[in-house]
Amino acid sequence: MADEKVREIHGPGGRRMAGRPRVKVKNPGRLFVRTMGYMTRHYTPQLVIVVICIVIGVLASVQGTLFIRNLIDDYIAPMLINGSTDFSPLLHAITRVAVLYAVGVASTYINQRIMIYVSQGTLREIRKEVFARMESLPISFFDTHPHGDIMSIYTNDIDTLRQMISQALPQFLQSLITIVSVFISMLVLSIPLTALTVAMVLVMIFLTGYFGKRSGAGFIGQQKNLGELNGYIEEMMKGQKVIKVFNHEDESVREFDERNKALYEAAYSANKFANILGPVNMQIGNVSYVVCAAAGGALALTGITSLTVGALASFLTFNRSFNMPINQISMQFNSVLMALAGAERIFELLEQEPETDDGYVTLTNAEVSEDGSIKPSEKHTGIWAWEHYHKADGTTDYTLLKGDIRMHEVDFGYTDDKMVLHDIELFAKPGQKIAFVGSTGAGKTTITNLINRFYDIQDGKIRYDGININKIKKADLRHSLGMVLQDTHLFTGTVRDNIRFGKLDATDAEVVRAARLANAHAFIKRLPQGYDTYIKGDGANLSMGQRQLLAIARAAIADPPVLILDEATSSIDTRTEKIVQDGMDRLMSGRTTFVIAHRLSTVKNADCIMVMEQGRIIERGTHDELIALQGKYYQLYTGLSAASPQGA
Amino acid sequence: MAVEQERSYKDITTGECIRTVGAEIKEFRTPSILTPVCMIFEVIMEMMIPLLMAHIIDFGVEAGNMGVILRTGTLMLFLAVAGLMAGIGGGVFGAKASAGLAMNLRAKMFRSIQTFSFANIDRFSTSGLITRLTTDITNLQNAYQMLLRMAMRAPMSLIIAMTMAVIISPGLSSVYCIAVIFLGLFLFLIIRKVSVYFRQVFEKYDELNESVQENVSAIRVVKAYVREEHEKKKFDTAVDNLYRMFVKAESLMVTNMPVMQATVYSCILVISWLGANAIINSELTTGELMSLLTYCMSILMSLMMLSMIFVMLTMSFASAQRITEVIKEESEIRNPETPVTEVPDGSVDFEGVSFGYNKSAEEYVLKDIDLHIAPGEMVGIIGGTGSAKSTLVNLIPRLYDVDEGTVRVGGVDVRQYDLEALRDQVSVVLQQNNLFSGSVIDNLRWGDPGATEDECRKACQMAQADEFIENMPGKYGARIEQGGANLSGGQRQRLCIARALVKKPKIIIFDDSTSAVDTATDAKIRKAINEEIPGTTIFIIAQRISSVMNADRIIVMDDGRVSAAGSHEELLASSEIYRDVYESQTGGSGDFDDPYK
Repeated sequence: MADEKVREIHGPGGRRMAGRPRVKVKNPGRLFVRTMGYMTRHYTPQLVIVVICIVIGVLASVQGTLFIRNLIDDYIAPMLINGSTDFSPLLHAITRVAVLYAVGVASTYINQRIMIYVSQGTLREIRKEVFARMESLPISFFDTHPHGDIMSIYTNDIDTLRQMISQALPQFLQSLITIVSVFISMLVLSIPLTALTVAMVLVMIFLTGYFGKRSGAGFIGQQKNLGELNGYIEEMMKGQKVIKVFNHEDESVREFDERNKALYEAAYSANKFANILGPVNMQIGNVSYVVCAAAGGALALTGITSLTVGALASFLTFNRSFNMPINQISMQFNSVLMALAGAERIFELLEQEPETDDGYVTLTNAEVSEDGSIKPSEKHTGIWAWEHYHKADGTTDYTLLKGDIRMHEVDFGYTDDKMVLHDIELFAKPGQKIAFVGSTGAGKTTITNLINRFYDIQDGKIRYDGININKIKKADLRHSLGMVLQDTHLFTGTVRDNIRFGKLDATDAEVVRAARLANAHAFIKRLPQGYDTYIKGDGANLSMGQRQLLAIARAAIADPPVLILDEATSSIDTRTEKIVQDGMDRLMSGRTTFVIAHRLSTVKNADCIMVMEQGRIIERGTHDELIALQGKYYQLYTGLSAASPQGA
Repeated sequence: MAVEQERSYKDITTGECIRTVGAEIKEFRTPSILTPVCMIFEVIMEMMIPLLMAHIIDFGVEAGNMGVILRTGTLMLFLAVAGLMAGIGGGVFGAKASAGLAMNLRAKMFRSIQTFSFANIDRFSTSGLITRLTTDITNLQNAYQMLLRMAMRAPMSLIIAMTMAVIISPGLSSVYCIAVIFLGLFLFLIIRKVSVYFRQVFEKYDELNESVQENVSAIRVVKAYVREEHEKKKFDTAVDNLYRMFVKAESLMVTNMPVMQATVYSCILVISWLGANAIINSELTTGELMSLLTYCMSILMSLMMLSMIFVMLTMSFASAQRITEVIKEESEIRNPETPVTEVPDGSVDFEGVSFGYNKSAEEYVLKDIDLHIAPGEMVGIIGGTGSAKSTLVNLIPRLYDVDEGTVRVGGVDVRQYDLEALRDQVSVVLQQNNLFSGSVIDNLRWGDPGATEDECRKACQMAQADEFIENMPGKYGARIEQGGANLSGGQRQRLCIARALVKKPKIIIFDDSTSAVDTATDAKIRKAINEEIPGTTIFIIAQRISSVMNADRIIVMDDGRVSAAGSHEELLASSEIYRDVYESQTGGSGDFDDPYK
């Protein structure tokens, strides 16, 4: 089961893309519309304003360029000709342009300010939705998807989406509007020169495609080599101590050098083509400028067309501002594609089916009246009952929560075609302790996953206090079950928060009581800030044993009638283990307990031991009965007299 | 530990970073110099163009001279081609220089790490080293490329455009001076503030992702306690916080663009007005006015570019510091000048040995150890977590150096041996062990590259690994995944033992290396080793009493000291700790509370 921790290596620059691999997205149109849907859902008016502002901003900049023509043709040239020194028309014109510029600047500011709210708000929405959906997914999702892949949705995909929404999209729009308005302005100024400019742009697009393809292939090669080298580095760094012990330094350097060299070659060739692209486009832009200048100069001189010197000047400025957005658009297009690839993974998660729950039997506080009948209560009575509503006759009856669990002819497989549990038959009366023993993969953990309905059985019945667990609401079923897992997981927060996780409204006194019961109080007291000590990174600042004690306290505070317990195997020393054991034992006392047993004293005191092999219970009985039977359990016991009954 | 480490790399100065990283340019010095040269050349070509434009307009168009237009046009085309060559050169050389520097830095770091002692490795964590070799290098490669290509280009274009403007009209260009100072100051202030904000934002961002990570790995706990809603609420609050911080940081950042625009527009307007006046007074030509307006964009754009470069360089500075730290790290354990290369026998002596991992800690981890072990003796070591069992044996192959006293192997202080010679004779099966991707036999030959297949098989038989290897497809040629992922824990441990046995050392140390092996197999391994390599000194650290029960001598460690030593029977009689452990493991102890009191 994929329960181990997959931590991504995440350096300070980890969120920037290392390379630029080419992206393939299956249905970019649909993805784009869906992503836009998130933006328009709450921000339609804002987006309308943004578009208006972008248009105003572009127009302001274009009118400024046009003004240069007016400056020379309409103001300076006439003044030069008639020698007038009346500057008032020019002053008026400049004032007019200044006002328009001011409007342009203001609209740029407004559009960018609004976009912050739109993009960050949209991302906030998506983050919340993704997380909420993730929390609702069944355990099978987490068992079948590498945790690194799930994490990458948060660390990479949402981040590329952020860049697309807040940068690429507005810029794309801006470039597009600029291109259109500049194109129109150029047409107005001179049709032949416009044709010339467009021809040069076509050459540019062609070359961009050519070099883009070369560098794209290069980047794939670079990613591949980088992946290989990083894999090698990871392996060697993890085994560095072994390398030292075996004097293997020279060999590892030799192999490293080969891979390092290969990466250099790949990185060189990839970056080479990517770098060439820029100057090529720029110089084509310059050539376009020169050609237009020469052709325009000739046209203005010969007077074939009505092109004036001022118009030529404006045109040349447009020529520049035409090339730039065309270059940008191809870049933005790629980053949009990249973001859509991420969006695809985000939507994939959002489309996962959440855990279903058809249960209708709920837990309720109850009172037992003198005649023995059970009534629901509004108050916190400390007595719980199952509220079972019968649809057929419209009656509701109440059953006391006792912790009686039975399995009858249970078959189960993680997939329908491969059963891993066969014909499981077991019953646990309230307060009894049932121990599961057997080698790894025998199906011990799987059984416990069925009781709390992490997985649903294929065939057979599981009854809880006589009620089919499929009828019980999952939340209420799980509230009635406590769980202590082998790998304890703690959450960032204080020690107190972590214990309180078992019962959110627990008072401080209850927290301490639970910690005492779990044998955790003593070590918590010794922590620098006691119960307020902050735990980070899954409890990295605590020892294994301490983490287990906290997990026990967390279960203790929930005070469930039924416990599912996976005893820790090794890696804590015998003295700490004893403290943990004592804690566990106290927790088990008085509760129905299913324990995946690794230590002798647990097994010895179990009311019933289930010896499992290949998904079947092959022996059952008390310790003494099983010893007398001289079967598998006897073998395990005598073979491992002083250790865990778990084989390797 | 981690906090200390971070503080130390942040102390590395800019100068030290530049010297250390710069030293790795080596054979890529030529492209590293050619790149900026090409870029400067490209900028000069580019900057000439507006000047020639003015020429065309003034002396070609207005003077009605088609010859000037064509001549100047041709010159301009020529310049564009030259600029293209320079640009391509800059691109190619830049790629070569940066990829090359990255390669050399990686190689230097990797070599440096290979010389690390265990203490050095402990100081940087494994994941820390991996990040430095991967992400940090990539950051630096990108930064170097940008530095070579852009950091020259931007100031050059600023200077040239400014010079040109001054040549055309010293009076008018003072407008640009004011604009540059204003914008430069503004960018500087805003970047300083924004980068602080963004650092905070990204810290929060990392925290958010960590909490998601927690939820993913602890999903069973969340579901078991029905805490989905609780976690959602927590997450939503965190997301709302992040939203607010992002909005705050970005709101400040977006003032950039309008201020930039306003500056450019103001320049255009002021130059137009003043230029028009100058033209009327015959101090300026229309062509010159146009050139001035073109340079306006160049000047302010390159200023913007400079600010971006500045941001990127500061961001990659931390990477450079982390890389420098690894390269500069001196190994704490080095070969002596005249090393002893022969280990005479397998005796081990500890004399007054004290040792601590953290040199500033008040107390030693290992205190006043005196032990004398004869060649061929089998020594069991037992004790709780933190009792310094592993620490004790790690001193024998000099994985760490003692702080006080001496450790002798074969009667010679371990610090006098050639490290390789010593470690060839002292084989450690580490507690946290690794197999490497490759075949079974490849892994075994780590012990001895020249070992024959028979020798390897022999070692595997002793380690009880032969049987499962024979059952693997491909047998001794079977492929082992990274970290031995395709083997069970017990199989991994047995293979690691076999690998150590292939070495045929005089001393072999098993550091809790059979914890995942069942007791019966564990016993078989010990028996085989006892019989097959009788003269070898053996140390066995174990949690199980049964693993050490039959040793010649058992050492009970407690809190860094030897609490007791002797045979099983002696210890049962004399050591309370030993008795405790023994009883808890053989059952029958009163550690179980009867649930039916």
